[in-house]
Amino acid sequence: MELAAILFWPALAGYAEAALAYLGDSVRPGRLARFAIWGVRLGWLAQTGLLAAQAAREEGFPWGSWGGSLNLFVWLVVGAYLVWGCRSPFRLLGLAVMPLAVALFVVAWAAGGAGSHTRSELGDVFLAFHVGFVLAAFAGFTLAAGLAGLYLWQERRLKRRAPDVLRQRAPSQEALDRLTARTVAVAVPALTLGLAVGVVRLALEGGGFDALMVAALAVWVAYVGFLFLRYEAGWRGRRTAYLALAGIALVIASLVPVSHF
Amino acid sequence: MRLVLVGTSHHRAPVELREQLFVSAAENRELVERLAGAVADAEAVVLSTCNRTELYLAHGDDEAAQARAFAELTALAGLAESEIAPALYTLTDEAAALHVFRVAAGLDSLIPGEAQILGQVRGAYEAAREADTAGPVLHRLFRQALRVGRRVRTETAIGENPASISSAAAELAERVFGSLEGRRILVLGAGKMSDLATVNLISRGVDSVFVANRSVERAERLARRFGGRAAGLDAVDAELENADVVVASTSASGYVLSAEQVARAMRTRKGRPIFFVDIAVPRDIDPAVNEIDGCYLYDVDDLERVVEESVAGRRGEAVRAEAIVAEEADRFRDWQLSLDVVPAIASLRALAESIREDELARAEGRLGSLSPSQRRAVESLTAQIVNKLLHPPTVRMKEAAAAADGVLYADAIRHLFALEDDDHSARKPRK
Repeated sequence: MELAAILFWPALAGYAEAALAYLGDSVRPGRLARFAIWGVRLGWLAQTGLLAAQAAREEGFPWGSWGGSLNLFVWLVVGAYLVWGCRSPFRLLGLAVMPLAVALFVVAWAAGGAGSHTRSELGDVFLAFHVGFVLAAFAGFTLAAGLAGLYLWQERRLKRRAPDVLRQRAPSQEALDRLTARTVAVAVPALTLGLAVGVVRLALEGGGFDALMVAALAVWVAYVGFLFLRYEAGWRGRRTAYLALAGIALVIASLVPVSHF
Repeated sequence: MRLVLVGTSHHRAPVELREQLFVSAAENRELVERLAGAVADAEAVVLSTCNRTELYLAHGDDEAAQARAFAELTALAGLAESEIAPALYTLTDEAAALHVFRVAAGLDSLIPGEAQILGQVRGAYEAAREADTAGPVLHRLFRQALRVGRRVRTETAIGENPASISSAAAELAERVFGSLEGRRILVLGAGKMSDLATVNLISRGVDSVFVANRSVERAERLARRFGGRAAGLDAVDAELENADVVVASTSASGYVLSAEQVARAMRTRKGRPIFFVDIAVPRDIDPAVNEIDGCYLYDVDDLERVVEESVAGRRGEAVRAEAIVAEEADRFRDWQLSLDVVPAIASLRALAESIREDELARAEGRLGSLSPSQRRAVESLTAQIVNKLLHPPTVRMKEAAAAADGVLYADAIRHLFALEDDDHSARKPRK
């Protein structure tokens, strides 16, 4: 059995354990959160090993297939989550991120993107950068949507004056609002670079615009609009949270079907 | 040494009696010195708060210590013994240790897990240290109590959520803004409740206070306390554009702040949130304010529900805290029991050391030709023999002490080795 195929299982076990522990922690806050964060760390390390094993084995870019892209996407999302997830107020975000990571990781594996025999459809450096940047941007948008969801969930509890509103540790509303905007502000340049690399390759190798490119541009325009409204028009709070959720909905509704079917 | 605790608390004594028994910081030193001085070789610590006055004594004669503590408390209360007796409790050794550990953990407090008591226990211990009335038993007891208090607060969530309306309001504001440092607070009304809530917010970093009141004079008085500014209620609209937290507690019969006023202010704030605390009855702020985007409004009933939930959560955590306290009380009991054998062990070791030194001195004539390094080797060899011989009985005696057989073993050692007493400076066995 190849190393990549072996490493899939500890990575999946780590993520699944984290998802379950986060679920338990949301019901009864306490020690389970520690198990959850260790599950995320160990799972992410195992997946890093898996990706390294894939990269060492393949001659080209090993994540060019949609299954492979999904594998890399999960790694980026969990990696970005780890930046904040270790801080106790952000643990709740794990409840949104980790079950999603488990589901997508299993789909990536079923599609052959997380095993040892990934086939490189994209052989050049241009495409590697293109896919890498675009996936990093989507990982950022996913996290921003998670933060926005957390904002709306907490806002609802605060507005309804839930008596146990303080029992669950969570970041402040202002922190969530700020982080959502910052995450999008980091992801948009990554998407811009990814798209620019794609356009340059297109210009060099020839070819016309297709539906995928139009959908990617639509996503780019939507998120640039988000940044304009947030930083120039002064939109904050609930409105930007809904915008971040609408953005990820647009990604799912347009890019995913266009690219894979 | 026996540990004795005589005292009373909110569980047994009404507030009038607790007031009588309260010992101020200035009186504390005098009292511990009196307690420690009254019975020879006694140790004393006095813990006095608004909820309890407890005298901790360590002495060989627990009955004498109890009588002394009882007499002091009776004198403090200015009552006859028969009147005060029902309000007092007496605990000894492990039970007393368990009690002080529960106190330090906040488990004996009115609100489980309240943080102030740990500082008060530390203060009582420091006072006794300064007066030099805490000996080995009370040093150990109070250091361990402080550790228990810290352990309970770090290993459980007993102290995490608010236990008063003003702290609940401050924590909710933090849930909206994060840190309150540099935030602005607008206070409507200049009464006692505004004062309490403002103090709590200021303790968390709020640095700009604006007080608006019907009577500007009263507003100025409150504002001066917090280094803030004051004005009449007509200045509210302008201040609303800058405030982050609004605390309302006027005695007005209608709303002082309408939803329209707030909506108007929100338009100029570019979506910056405001947290409203309405602790007035009847309410000062139109409940419709809560429907405005970026506005969070809590009235006194909402805050009370948050506090009740929080206190219920603390009670749940108290079960875990009790387990920690029991574990530490066991540890203290083992240590206290080991005290019974410590003098015998010390005497035995002193005897062995004296024999070793005497024998080396007697052999001096034969060892005179040894070089310094050879002499050091002989010293080290004989010391090792003594240590190795005494190691098993030392360990066994300590184990026996934990199982409460320590005194029997200690007596046996004294008898077998003809130890005169437990003065380990004693060098000679009985002839």
